[in-house]
Amino acid sequence: MSTAVATAPESIHRRRHYLNADYGIRSWLFTTDHKRIALLYLFSITFFFALGGLFAVLIRLELLTPAGDLMTSDTYNKVFTMHGIMMVFFFLIPSVPATLGNFLIPMMIGARDLAFPKLNLASWYLFMAGGVFALYSVVTGGIDTGWTFYTPFSTTYSNTKVIPAALGILIAGFSSIFTGLNFIVTVHRMRAPGLTWFRLPLFVWANYAASLIMVLGTPVLAITIILVFLERAFHIGIFDPRLGGDPILFQHLFWFYSHPAVYIMILPSMGVMSELISAFSRKRVFGYSFVAFSSVAIAVFGFLVWGHHMFVSGQSVYAAMVFSILSYLVAIPSAVKVFNWTATLYKGSVSYQTPMLYAFGFLGLFTIGGLTGLFLAALGVDVHVTDTYFVVAHFHYIMVGGVIMGYLGGLHFWWPKITGRLYPEGWAKLSALVVFLGFNLTFFPQFVLGYLGMPRRYHAYPEEFQVLNVMSSAGASILGVGYLLPLFYLLWSMRYGPEAGPNPFDARGLEWQTASPPPTHNFEQVPIVQEEAYAYHAAQEVPVAG
Amino acid sequence: MQDSHAAAAHHPAFQHHFETMEQQREASTLGMWLFLITEILFFGGMFTVYLVYRNWYFASFAAGSLTLDLTLGAFNTVVLIGSSLTMALAVHSAETGQRNLLVAFLLLTILLGATFLGVKAVEYSHKFEEHHVPGPSFRFGSEELRHFHEEATALRSTQIHGVELGEVQLFFSLYFAMTGMHALHMVIGIGVLSVLAWKSRRGVYSPEYFAPVEYAGLYWHFVDIVWIFLFPLLYLITRHVGVHP
Repeated sequence: MSTAVATAPESIHRRRHYLNADYGIRSWLFTTDHKRIALLYLFSITFFFALGGLFAVLIRLELLTPAGDLMTSDTYNKVFTMHGIMMVFFFLIPSVPATLGNFLIPMMIGARDLAFPKLNLASWYLFMAGGVFALYSVVTGGIDTGWTFYTPFSTTYSNTKVIPAALGILIAGFSSIFTGLNFIVTVHRMRAPGLTWFRLPLFVWANYAASLIMVLGTPVLAITIILVFLERAFHIGIFDPRLGGDPILFQHLFWFYSHPAVYIMILPSMGVMSELISAFSRKRVFGYSFVAFSSVAIAVFGFLVWGHHMFVSGQSVYAAMVFSILSYLVAIPSAVKVFNWTATLYKGSVSYQTPMLYAFGFLGLFTIGGLTGLFLAALGVDVHVTDTYFVVAHFHYIMVGGVIMGYLGGLHFWWPKITGRLYPEGWAKLSALVVFLGFNLTFFPQFVLGYLGMPRRYHAYPEEFQVLNVMSSAGASILGVGYLLPLFYLLWSMRYGPEAGPNPFDARGLEWQTASPPPTHNFEQVPIVQEEAYAYHAAQEVPVAG
Repeated sequence: MQDSHAAAAHHPAFQHHFETMEQQREASTLGMWLFLITEILFFGGMFTVYLVYRNWYFASFAAGSLTLDLTLGAFNTVVLIGSSLTMALAVHSAETGQRNLLVAFLLLTILLGATFLGVKAVEYSHKFEEHHVPGPSFRFGSEELRHFHEEATALRSTQIHGVELGEVQLFFSLYFAMTGMHALHMVIGIGVLSVLAWKSRRGVYSPEYFAPVEYAGLYWHFVDIVWIFLFPLLYLITRHVGVHP
């Protein structure tokens, strides 16, 4: 793809790279190297994910039996709220952009670093400060409003730690804004010579679109949280109906951010998919520009559909109809992506390595999640399944299924680049399989539960729902094993894995043209790009007989 | 490419990960404008809330608005526009390398900003004295209502009824939230300008490198523009009482 020649394989220990360029805890806490900051995010996000997972375990244990016997309803409310807050704001939203995006975007565009390295480090500190506030609310008694903070319960009636949790999300939100701002400026101004917009890897396009949402949506969430804070602290009546305010207005403002936030989560994962599917079928992504523009289209449509969260909350019927139609429209760019990935696979020389297995997992889970999204966009059906486990299953398939598959798939794909070492392929394939099976066993029964009428957020339920709930809890334990496996073998590979060399998968992006792990400034010489993205040559395709 | 990198490297403000000084300037300009867009959306949330409630509770909002001091508000508007002028002159002085003028205009901008905040503090203290601060001690008595009715009658408005205490309180909630957030931005701006004034005195900025002054100017103008919207929305709203049928 460029004139820069990859350095000859040389032992990781003797060569200087970003990991051994400097030693000691200070060199990490004050680093401005985007690759090191990506690793800081990787560790902290893994921690928050484990914490959110712990709360999920408690939820599934409680729902093993129909009676609410493990914890009180108050405790249960706090547990599912913290599960939601941890997972949404401290795992799903930052996961792919803050780790893989941070690590890869400068390298993929041939830059030495992000445009604002200090701002990047500040983003991580803000993220951690937000996490500390959220943790503070947990250890001092928890919060029971649900991750949506619906007013006036959150501002007036809830007797729990709403303010620290809300402040935590506010602060973490600024981290998200600065990350998005950094990515946008970097992609606009730091591309290597010859790297035009339509030569960019689709991962960069997807993160660019997600960054637009971060920059345009998060400030609205910030001001909404500040208004909640003011109302709770000083009893000013913006959302409290007793003082003339309107709780529906809170929902409008909240979902104006939080619906697009779903696309902040899923778009970067979609970007990972394009890279994986292209690399492991050794073909250029079918309809490159359609896939690129569909990312931007999803970002734009994402801002127009927030009202479908409020079909039953008292907005006008006409508003609901408009939001219903607009919600259907998001299916178009989403389907463009799925069809184009499928077309990429067609007659490709597909190799079933671990990242590709995760990519297949993504296709399956995202398709199920997307199709059930159409059910929910339909006004009549939505009224039937609102606030049931059908909704829970749907958003777990889209958000969690989509993000986890993209995150783990991407982590495996670029792990040799990040650490310079290969992971054990057999274990990795097993983990992909276990995650996929565990995920479906956990969440598919929830579609049925919701359709049958089990409401979400209850800690007890009628006995006829028990079989499906037991299936779901059993699936969750399998899923947990699937998450733990990579933790062990990836850590193991950091020390004992065989050295990977610059390009173990024979992929095409700029990031594969530098050494693994890369030197601090990414490239010995700034590359000059002369080819289109994904320039896999015809000779590499296996001829099909007949 | 490598040559230009090396050529630019001598400037103390040049950062190693850019190719040229020009690229660095373009990147930070784009970053600043993006940041201002996030600020617009940040205030946009509050403007949305205000728009909705003003529409619903028109009479109450008009009654609340009538108690604000139009003279002080107008004075502050002039002060703030003046500070935008001195800020623009400061950026121009930096561009042309006039160090003393730059320091002087920055200090003048800080002074005007502080004047604005001082007047705002006087206005706030009036609100406290009159119990117009939302909360348990909030009062909106017959005196204010009579005043509102007189004004409305003089303007031949039919919208003199329907003033509710809760709704008036909502007006003042939004008044304090919006002007308070604006004032917070002014305080941050004054802090930034103070650092710039100190650095300017030491001769950090030159016609080759004055980006921080330029960006502080953009920020300052943005904060002024927010006030240009807040002033009519909060203070002048009563002028519309008679227009409604």
